[in-house]
Amino acid sequence: MKGGSWNFTLCSPRLSEGCLLMKYALKRAAAGLATMLIVSFLTYAAFDLISDAATAMLGTSATPERIAALRAELGLDRPLLLRYGGWLLGFFTGDLGVSQSYRQPVWDLIAPKAGLTLCLSLLSFILITAVSIPLGLLTAGRRRFEGARTALNQLGMAVPPFFTGILLSWVFGVGLKWFTPGQFPEAGTDPAGAAVYLLFAAVALSIPRIAMTARMLRGTVREELERDYVRTAISRGNDRSQVLRRHVLKNALPPVVTFLAQTMAELVAGSIVVEQVFVIPGLGRMLVTSIAGRDYPVVQAIVVILAFWVVLAGTAADVTNARIDPRLRLGGAA
Amino acid sequence: MRKRNGFLTAGLILTGLLAALILLGFFWTPWDPNAMAAGPKFEGPSLAHWMGTDNFGRDIFSRVLKGAGATASIALATLAIGVVCGCLVGALTGYFGGPVDEILMRLNDALTAFPSILLALVVISILEPGKKINVILALGLVFIPSFARVSRTAFASLRDVNHIKSARLMGAPAARILAVHMLPNTLPVLLPALTIGFNNAVLAEASMSFLGIGVTPPDASLGYMLSEAQGMLFAAPWYAAGTGLVIVLMVFSVGLIGEGLRRRDRGVL
Amino acid sequence: MLEIQDLRVKFLSREREAVAGVSLSIGAGEIVGLVGESGSGKTVTAMSVAGLLPRKQCEYSGQILLDGVELLHADRAELRKIQGREIGVVFQEPQSALDPLMKIGPQVEEVLRVHTNMGREERRRLALEAMAAVELPEAELVYEKYPHQLSGGMLQRAMIAAAVIARPKLLLLDEPTTALDVTIQAQILELLKKLNRESGVSMLFISHDLNVVRKLCGRVAVMQRGELVEEGASDEVFHSPRHPYTRRLIAAIPTRKRKEAGS
Repeated sequence: MKGGSWNFTLCSPRLSEGCLLMKYALKRAAAGLATMLIVSFLTYAAFDLISDAATAMLGTSATPERIAALRAELGLDRPLLLRYGGWLLGFFTGDLGVSQSYRQPVWDLIAPKAGLTLCLSLLSFILITAVSIPLGLLTAGRRRFEGARTALNQLGMAVPPFFTGILLSWVFGVGLKWFTPGQFPEAGTDPAGAAVYLLFAAVALSIPRIAMTARMLRGTVREELERDYVRTAISRGNDRSQVLRRHVLKNALPPVVTFLAQTMAELVAGSIVVEQVFVIPGLGRMLVTSIAGRDYPVVQAIVVILAFWVVLAGTAADVTNARIDPRLRLGGAA
Repeated sequence: MRKRNGFLTAGLILTGLLAALILLGFFWTPWDPNAMAAGPKFEGPSLAHWMGTDNFGRDIFSRVLKGAGATASIALATLAIGVVCGCLVGALTGYFGGPVDEILMRLNDALTAFPSILLALVVISILEPGKKINVILALGLVFIPSFARVSRTAFASLRDVNHIKSARLMGAPAARILAVHMLPNTLPVLLPALTIGFNNAVLAEASMSFLGIGVTPPDASLGYMLSEAQGMLFAAPWYAAGTGLVIVLMVFSVGLIGEGLRRRDRGVL
Repeated sequence: MLEIQDLRVKFLSREREAVAGVSLSIGAGEIVGLVGESGSGKTVTAMSVAGLLPRKQCEYSGQILLDGVELLHADRAELRKIQGREIGVVFQEPQSALDPLMKIGPQVEEVLRVHTNMGREERRRLALEAMAAVELPEAELVYEKYPHQLSGGMLQRAMIAAAVIARPKLLLLDEPTTALDVTIQAQILELLKKLNRESGVSMLFISHDLNVVRKLCGRVAVMQRGELVEEGASDEVFHSPRHPYTRRLIAAIPTRKRKEAGS
């Protein structure tokens, strides 16, 4: 533990924890980027295999010569890897090709919708975190009404978001008229209305995940409460809530953080359904109509965006966990 | 002192009742589910029509029974694909290990990180939306990785258990060891996973059909009916309520069984 | 100073009483050893003193008086005021007894954070002082370390620093050296002696190793199956044990060690 030596190597093992964390985060980000590349390539290749843009544009009655000519014009006769490279470049420069059914640039179609879906997912995520963590902590130590609580928890997990959505729009939309089901207010002219509308959608989306997260946190907290350091903390005069807040929560969190990252991914997928219920013009609805209409450039772009989102959430979770638990920083990217 | 496992009992009873109703629905329903004007249009729940009637005057209860049958059978078929293929992959990789195991599990990790609905949507858009068999294939495919992971862990942990080792030393063929000696021992892990898998399958199928890219009429499942019901929310809220409740009940009761199994395993009642 | 009177503890899940009528007193500045095999009730006795009994899962009776204040039946809020401030505890395995996700410094000064409204800087200063007192080298650096980065011996020193930082009257040591190797064990024993000499803190030292106890404690009590079977000055108990169980415990010490300790 002598000072001087660390001037020479940027990240010697003796250097500060912050540097280790930085190094870990960089490694993890690199691994995440690699995953994104692989995933986007696989998606591109899969859709490339099944879709033939030239045939789709000209219809099956077109002559082979005309199709071949169009293929050349669209650059479809180049090797797959090259086309993927071009597409990826386009992905980051905002050129994702043209939607087959809308005859519009895919990017222009998707961009405003992606923002809306992002808002919905983030809102739900905040809701889930804000409700499930206190809930899990509060119920961890108490064993009263255990049976009823577990049953309630199971019920929460059993309610599909689209059913909750319908119930909510019936009670609060049709009944109380807090919003008009099926009419998403223009965010520009009526931001408050849009927020309320999104909030109901977020509630519908969150309930099963709140049940799952609370249940998971309760489990890990219970495990942690059995550990020796809890006894030490009590012997120092901490009361129950201090033990939970200062020691147990931190130790119980890492598996929950990982789960929450998965939740982030599930939320995006779940918003596909909830957007349908509430008629919110987001990415999910776009995806559904594009799948039904076999509009592959759009499907491809949306799937890759969602996949990137999933990888990003996973990477963020790993880095967060490394922040919480210094022992994880040593592992590097796994 | 053996306490009764309330969750398991309640779950089994509820699931049994539901299963009986659904089975009955395959052979007999109070009304013909597709007969128009079995009663007046948009009639609320009554003795004759337990869940009321829809816009064509069709009996909703009969339709829900049929729909639940469709949903349950699709979920079971999906589950069968997922379990059989998943266990096969899991057993082989878990038992033999090696680089194939390593690669498959990496792939698995990547796949399970993605929401199942999203994967199913991609697969079905590649196959062709709207067909029952495609829905089953897409969902089944999507459920393989999670079962492979669960069974791989179970098989790998059993590999070095003494009686398995001795069977191997006695020269029993691998297939026999896997099927006779190991498979029964993985059940405690596999059974709860099955209940979770079933529930995920029900919810995934319902979501896809709700979106209109799963099963479509004439094979209407609960999800499709719910999307239909949403359109009549003003006129016939009981349609949505009835259909939705059946989905919730199905998932809830199987979920109780899973909870009961897990508790029995851990010895917490 | 500490007075245990007819302490009885019975866990609801067990048939036998874990502690069956133990009476023991510790004077100011005294180091008392409590010896016995595992399951003899010595740890349960210490935990009762520290207020760490799982009260809902056991029946208990008797009295524990710390300078006249009753602890065994005191309510939680009362007990908390004493825990850490007047009674410090050092546990057997520092690796698991310390919070793995908290830096050493904050754990050392935790008692101050709970019981006083000292500022951060003040706490840090006292923590560094306490860490220097337990002979932790480079306290400033160790302050910023996490438990997994330190050796068992250093961790146990940190545990001791955390237990004595608020200058408690009594230090409970539950097999503090068992998990450590022999040379470190000897260093820790020396450290405890020094602390006792300099600050006059009383200690209840629990061990299954009579030899270790003899090196440290002036007085020793022997427990078997929840009962106190022998008590007296440690030299006396060591040289002329009265109870057959004590004789067996002494016989269990390897001869070379026994001579070494006896000379």
